[in-house]
Order: sequence, then structure tokens, then C-alpha cells
Amino acid sequence: MNSRRNWSFFFAELHESFSMALTALTAHKLRSALTLLGVLIGVFSIIVVMTAMRVLERNVENNLSQLGSRTFAIQKWPEVQFGNNSDWEKYWRRKNITLELGETVEKKATLASAVGIEGTFWGGQIQTRYAKTAPTVQLLGETTGSFEARNWTVEEGRIFNDNDVDDARDVCVLGAALAKSIFPFGSPVGNELKINGINYNVVGVLASKGASLGGNQDNFVIVPLTTALNRYGLRWNGLGILVQARTSAVYADCEEQVRGILRAARKVRPGAADDFELFSNDSLIEQFDKFTRAVRIGVVVVSSIALLAAGVGIMNIMLVSVTERTREIGVRRAVGAKRRNIMGQFIMEAVVLCEIGGVIGVVLGILGGNILAWFMKVPPAVPVDWSVLGLLICSIVGVIFGTYPAYKAANLDPIESLRYE
Amino acid sequence: MSLIHLRNISRCYQMGAETIHALRDVSLEIQRGEYVAIMGPSGSGKSTLMNLIGCLDTPTAGHYELNGANVSEMDDNQLAEIRNREIGFVFQTFNLLSRSNALHNVELPLIYNGMAMEQRRRVALDALAQVGLADRVHHKPNELSGGQRQRVAVARALVNKPSLLLADEPTGNLDSRTGAEIMTLFEELSRKGNTLVLVTHEEDIAKHARRIIRLRDGLIASDEKQAAGPG
Ligand SMILES: Nc1ncnc2c1ncn2[C@@H]1O[C@H](COP(=O)(O)OP(=O)(O)OP(=O)(O)O)[C@@H](O)[C@H]1O
Ligand SMILES: [Mg+2]
Repeated sequence: MNSRRNWSFFFAELHESFSMALTALTAHKLRSALTLLGVLIGVFSIIVVMTAMRVLERNVENNLSQLGSRTFAIQKWPEVQFGNNSDWEKYWRRKNITLELGETVEKKATLASAVGIEGTFWGGQIQTRYAKTAPTVQLLGETTGSFEARNWTVEEGRIFNDNDVDDARDVCVLGAALAKSIFPFGSPVGNELKINGINYNVVGVLASKGASLGGNQDNFVIVPLTTALNRYGLRWNGLGILVQARTSAVYADCEEQVRGILRAARKVRPGAADDFELFSNDSLIEQFDKFTRAVRIGVVVVSSIALLAAGVGIMNIMLVSVTERTREIGVRRAVGAKRRNIMGQFIMEAVVLCEIGGVIGVVLGILGGNILAWFMKVPPAVPVDWSVLGLLICSIVGVIFGTYPAYKAANLDPIESLRYE
Repeated sequence: MSLIHLRNISRCYQMGAETIHALRDVSLEIQRGEYVAIMGPSGSGKSTLMNLIGCLDTPTAGHYELNGANVSEMDDNQLAEIRNREIGFVFQTFNLLSRSNALHNVELPLIYNGMAMEQRRRVALDALAQVGLADRVHHKPNELSGGQRQRVAVARALVNKPSLLLADEPTGNLDSRTGAEIMTLFEELSRKGNTLVLVTHEEDIAKHARRIIRLRDGLIASDEKQAAGPG
């Protein structure tokens, strides 16, 4: 037999199995619907939770300060905290990170390509000849290195130079969104503006990052850290240090080097815990994942049980179906169906049943999970990996629980089945 | 060479301690193109013989050759292939798939021999036309009369161009007029050169055949040729 004929066989059988499955399922709509409900619920619960997790994860990523892949940060307080908040006292007791400490790191971190020191200050009001903002514009104090470490590029003008920072000059760089709103008619560079009533000279405007849906991503003004400290003093949460490693290859070494520098400067005894937080975007996401792992494992366990129960239901219905269709099986055998044809047909029927439930479950799960995205105003997430896995599991459930009924069907005696009433 | 060659065929059923001999040491030859009727009282082994000839069943003892192939030594898959290729069945109770239309019912044997879809459709439509049902191809069995259902069954039996057509009391569930119609159809098929073996209780029906084999208690009681029947 040539291979073309083999394929033709295979296709004819597959098509017949499939249409037989659909005929059988539509002949008992209610029964089929009730049976696939179990699969639907099992798959739905996985997908809805995984979609929601994706959405949350995305939300966390969006809310993180946008550190590049080679950059990590050091703060007194953790950037985000998942789980219990009972540690706040420990963080509170820590010494503030100061400008001097930052400068020590700047001097000694040989594996870093850039070190920035930054502080966030109270929201302020910006006033120009043309406009006046609400008193909510974020005021950031930065050093020269912050621009590189934060991946900020200027659209116009320049970033701070060392003189701006050393002499604590009254200059500022604007975020793109802010620049547009307070200087609607032309270039802000070289113009004066007032921050909480004090005059500053605009030296540059940053390129927009504007990816976030939040919209106020670029609504800030940057002044030299020294200027901000002189004018407003060190805030309760201290400063932050940003370190960019030279290359991804030395990233881990760089992290260790900086950790060492900080511990030495703070005189932390060997073996004692760090008295500062060192984190990167990746480590934060990892932390989030760890926090949600329990939820994920829980949902996987629950839906596995649901799918198992659904599988037993499917097996039951398939056994009923085999009995009901004994005569049909006899007819098929009489006209030349082999055992494996009959077997394939019934397994196919179980798989189709499961897959219908699975597909509906995936669709509803993705829709359900994204209701969260809609509320959080983040872009919707589609967990493709989990969806594919979910459908795959459905097929496996169909095969596993369809095999016994199919085996029974395939081994019926043709003559007996033809006589069956 | 004869189409069917049975040598010392026995078929026993074990019912607890008792052994039922449905066929005892039956030897029989049927040539290509013959039209044979099998008669006999109820329980004499007619259906058992038909099932053996039709490769649905295998003998307890004896040797069976169909079209030169040794059927008595075939496994389940090979038997399925032989049924598909060489044999067309017509049953007393029609045995159509109730949820499928006439066309799909007739296509069924072709599906299991792997014929491509368009060709399958064409061949099945042809077979339905041959039994005079060209205008009923999309009807389901419950939308057809008894006679029409049996015609669909005949079309299904013919569609693979088998070397042998077997009918176990094909008119048993039909009134005499419709039964006569089906017999006319068989007559025509026989004239076209098909080999036919049919089981019947009725002498009238058996008269259509050229040869009548009578069974009694699992044995061949008589085997006689007769002149071309009426019609
Ligand atoms: N599966 C079986 N198990 C036990 N005995 C059987 C089985 N099938 C047939 N028999 C017995 O074999 C004998 C022959 O049966 P068969 O069906 O061939 O008779 P038949 O001539 O076709 O009768 P009828 O005219 O009523 O259809 C009967 O005595 C029957 O009881
Ligand atoms: Mg019988």
C-alpha cells in the first residue's frame, strides 16, 4: 500500500470519527452540556486565575520605577512589599541612606558604569508665564549618574553636569509630559520657571517614555540633588542609590561589590543582615511570583481535582453511549471497520467533548481574568502558555477517560452487537 | 475455482455444560455468479452459516476459502478487510445508522477502505441511483419507508462492488408487495452477474433463486438446482 493511500485512509477515518463525535454530541445536547461542564469549570478556574496573575504582574511591572536590565537600586525601604507588613519597624530603625554614602559607592564601585543618587521630594506647584500646574508635580533630586542609570535620554538641551550638582545650582530638567503642559508654545530650554515660588532655569527636556496607561509617567521635574537637599532637607525615607553594572556579565559581581561597600561603610558585622534593601526589577518580579506561587499551586490542585471528577463523568457518559450504540458498532464492524477504527472513534468523541468544554473554559477564563485588567486600567493579558496547556490537558483527560469505553466498544462481538435490541 | 468453498465446517456454542451444534460438518461450494437461497426451519443454522460465509464469525472446525483466500486462519483485522472488500450484507432489520442520511449510510463501507471524499460521494450516489433512490439521498432512515430503507441497505451492500452479496431474510420485515420489489431488485443484480446468497423462510421468495439449499439441525438436508425462477 502506498503512502498516499495511507494518508487517504487516515484522513477518511479521522473525518468520520470527528463527524460521528459531533453527531453523537448534538444528538444529546443537554447530556453533553452537563458532561462538559466539569471540564469547563476545571479549565476556567485555571485560566481565570492565571490571567488575573498576569494582569497583576503587569500592573506591578508598570508601577515599578523603570530600571534597566543592568540596574539595581538601594533604599532604606523595600520598593514594594507583598504579604505581611509586620517588618515595618525593622525598616524604620534603619539608618537613612545619605548623600555621603552614595558618594562612597560612586567612588568605590569599579564594576559600575554609572551610579546615581536620588531623592523624591514633596509634590510641588510649577508656574510659568503660560501656565500653572496643580501642586502635585513630583519633584526629583538627582545626580549626574542618575540619567544613565535610569535610562533617561534628553530630547532637547542637556542633562546636569557635575558643576550643577556640586554647586547646587537652580537648574532643572523637565519630564516630557510636564514640558508640554507648561510650555505649550515652544522650547522650554533656557526659560525660567517657578517651583513652589523659587526660580529655576530649564536646561533640558527628557524624551517621553509614555508607555504606561497611567499617563503621569512623565509628569515630574528634576533638580540637582544637592539643590533639593539644601532647600527641603533629607526626607524621612532617605535617599536611593542607583547602580548600573558595566555589562550583564558582571551584574552579579557588581551587586556583591556594592553590597560589600555599603556593609563596610555602615559597619555591619559579618553574618548580620543587610541594613538596606538592594533590588532590581527582576528581583521584585521574582518576589511577586513567590508571593503568588501559593495561589497558583492552589488553583492547579483544585482544577486538577475538578478535571479528574470531570473525567470520571465523561467515562460514565461514554460507557452509556457505547451501550446505546451497540448496534451502530455492529453495523460498522460488518461493513469493514476494524477494532482500532471503533476505538479511535470513541476516543475522538471523548476528546471532542473535553475540548469543547476546554475551549469555552479558556475563553471565559481569559475574559473573566481581564475584568481585573479593566478595573486596574492595565492592558489585557492572554496567558497563551496556560491556555495551550489547558487544552492539552483536556485532550489528555479525554484520551485517558475515553480509552476504557472505547476499548469496550472495539471488543464487542460484531454478531452480538448486530442482534442487540 | 469456486468463489465459496466450505470444507467440513462446524460451529458450536458452549452454553454452560451443554454444547449446541449450530452447524455440523457442512461442506459446500458456491460458484461465481450463482443465486442461492438457504432455507430451513428456525434454529437450523441458517444465520450461523451466513455469518460464517460473511466473515463475521469463524468456524469452530473446518476450512473456509473465499475467493481463493483462506478465511479460517485470518485474524480480526484481516476479516474486517475481507468484509469490507468482498462482502455486502443485507439484514432483516436493515441496520442503517439512524442519525445519518441515506448517502452517508451508503458511503460507510467506502470510508473504511479509505476512498477520497469526492470519489466516495460519486460512487455512493451511483449505488443509490441503481436501487432507484436518487431522489432520497438526504433522507434519514426514519424519513423513509421500509422498502426504501432496505434499498438503502442494498445500495450500501453493493457500493464496494463486492464479490458476494449476502441477505439474511431481507424481506422478513416487509409486506409482501415491498418484499416482491426487493426480490425484483435482487433478480436484476443476479442478472448483472453478482453472486447472491439469501436466507428465507418463504418458498415464494426462494423460487427466485437458481439453487436452494435446505438445512436441518445444522446439516445440509438437500441442495438442488432449479430452472430460472419467475420474473
Ligand atoms: N450466540 C449463540 N449462543 C448460543 N447459541 C446460539 C448462538 N447463536 C445461535 N445459536 C444457536 O444455534 C442454532 C442456530 O441458530 P441460527 O441463528 O443459525 O438459526 P436460524 O436458522 O438462523 O434460525 P431463524 O430462522 O430463527 O433465524 C440455534 O439453536 C441457536 O440457538
Ligand atoms: Mg436466522
